[in-house]
Amino acid sequence: MSDTAILVDGLAKRFGDVVALDGIGFEVPAGTVFGLLGPNGAGKTTAIRILTTILAPDGGRAEVLGLDVVRQADQVRQSIGLAGQYAAVDPNLTGRENLRLTGRLAQLPTADARVRADELLGRFELTDAADRPARTYSGGMRRRLDVAAALVQRPPVVFLDEPTTGLDVHSRNALWEMIRELVADGTTVLLTTQYLEEADRLAHRIAVVDEGRVIANDTPVALKAQLGSTVIELGMGDADRAAEAGELLGERLAAQLEREGATIRLATDDGSRLLIDVLRQLGDHELAPATLAVREPSMDDVFLALTGHRAEDAAAAAEEPAGRRAGRGSAA
Amino acid sequence: MTAATAGAAAGTRRVPRTVLAPVRDAVAIAGRNLIAYRRVPQLLVFSTIQPVIFVLLFRYVFGGAVQSLPGVPYVDYLMPGIFVQTTVFGAIGTAIGLATDLKSGLLERFRSLPMARSAVLAGRTLADLTRNVFVTTLMVLVGFAVGFRVHTGALPFLFGMALVLLFGYALSWVFATVGLAVGDPETAQAAAFPVMAPLVFASSAFVPVETMPGWLQPFAEHQPVSVTASAVRALVIGGPTTSYVLQSLAWSVAILLVFAPIAVRRYRRAV
Repeated sequence: MSDTAILVDGLAKRFGDVVALDGIGFEVPAGTVFGLLGPNGAGKTTAIRILTTILAPDGGRAEVLGLDVVRQADQVRQSIGLAGQYAAVDPNLTGRENLRLTGRLAQLPTADARVRADELLGRFELTDAADRPARTYSGGMRRRLDVAAALVQRPPVVFLDEPTTGLDVHSRNALWEMIRELVADGTTVLLTTQYLEEADRLAHRIAVVDEGRVIANDTPVALKAQLGSTVIELGMGDADRAAEAGELLGERLAAQLEREGATIRLATDDGSRLLIDVLRQLGDHELAPATLAVREPSMDDVFLALTGHRAEDAAAAAEEPAGRRAGRGSAA
Repeated sequence: MTAATAGAAAGTRRVPRTVLAPVRDAVAIAGRNLIAYRRVPQLLVFSTIQPVIFVLLFRYVFGGAVQSLPGVPYVDYLMPGIFVQTTVFGAIGTAIGLATDLKSGLLERFRSLPMARSAVLAGRTLADLTRNVFVTTLMVLVGFAVGFRVHTGALPFLFGMALVLLFGYALSWVFATVGLAVGDPETAQAAAFPVMAPLVFASSAFVPVETMPGWLQPFAEHQPVSVTASAVRALVIGGPTTSYVLQSLAWSVAILLVFAPIAVRRYRRAV
């Protein structure tokens, strides 16, 4: 059984003519955050639905804590928590009632469900709003309540489907912090996101998903390293100085160089070495740049390199939230 | 199993699984659905104002022009029809409620929980039955206020109301199927009306079937709303009851037998 919390192997799912999952596979070590990164329609939500026993796969296998999600679905349900793309809370119930209901349905004794609800309300800073109907909550509060509901039965494995979509920066950071705390407590988290920054910040490992397949599976650092180049951008103030500096650096340094007006760009595999050399050369020749920027490859660059299209483009193309309707046709 | 299992799940006690677990889950869901009526009183107000208006309209506006059964005051003819009509219109709530839950993602959460698979539908229909008890009681009081009288006795009257509630319960499963099939509250409402309108109006609920054109009479005479209304009417006014009561029971049971499995299958495939 080792330390694999989630095992997905050759999972396939189609909705009519739409292939949602085309043999997706990955493993998530216990106690880590695993990010499924991909545009809308890539199959992330479908994968989560299968892992949370909501959907049955057409082929392949999926296990949570060694339990088969199809044959041992009921045991799997006792070990997981799910927070979906849309805060799935009952708007007419108060925050407290929502959590108590979830507790009861998770088969907690009524008294335990009450205690647990209060605990989570406190932890997610909802105590003041606990007795207000959830429909009066802000988007951030609803999402916190939704994540709290996912944690009611203290699941060792938590699935978060685009947990920060639509949240403001403050709420997003708070949620990120909560996810880190969960993992510190030993929970395994599988999260999907279209936000490359989010996967980069939170996940120990990222699987880039496109068209129902994993097209890359590595650590954030390694994924970015695949892309290689660090870019150094120098603003020289005017074109003459830029030409002079360009000539000098071109002669002395082994780096790709391009000049555009007053700007010089250099790309290299060894960014810090190059930066030292550039500044030394320019300093020796009284050519100190007016502006200086060093750009590491972003996850967006990684995504573009791997899929041939930008995540934003794909997301914009699938503006309609395909996830909700996946059961009736489209893939998410 | 692993450290992860022991670590995070430790300390979560669970109620032992017994045969009663599905009941407990259904009651929890029903409670949740009933809270909505308390929190959003409009739901209940609108679903009760509308039948009250029907009572007043038919009792005082159209009633004079309606040819009732011989020797029966129109209000006594009307009220059993109103009881049935109220539960039929109320059943749209089942469709709208389930469609809303489906759309909001709540059903997804429920399906990821270790709860009885039957609980969402059982709880929803149980809540709707409870609402129907409340609404029909209210309509009985309104009926009494406008002159409705029971000519037989408390027992036949209560039996008649039980027939109405059973029919309403059976209809809940029809509309549960509709709600899950369309998956959107507005569409659910729009889809429900064409099903209901002929049932309610091409029936003996408001006017005797004999006043309708010949081609319509066979349908109007035997469809479930008519036979249930006629059964209740016979039970409160007096006269032969057996045929209508049996027809009403047969309809309700048949609807349940057909639509409960369809709704359950829909639920399993929904989300």
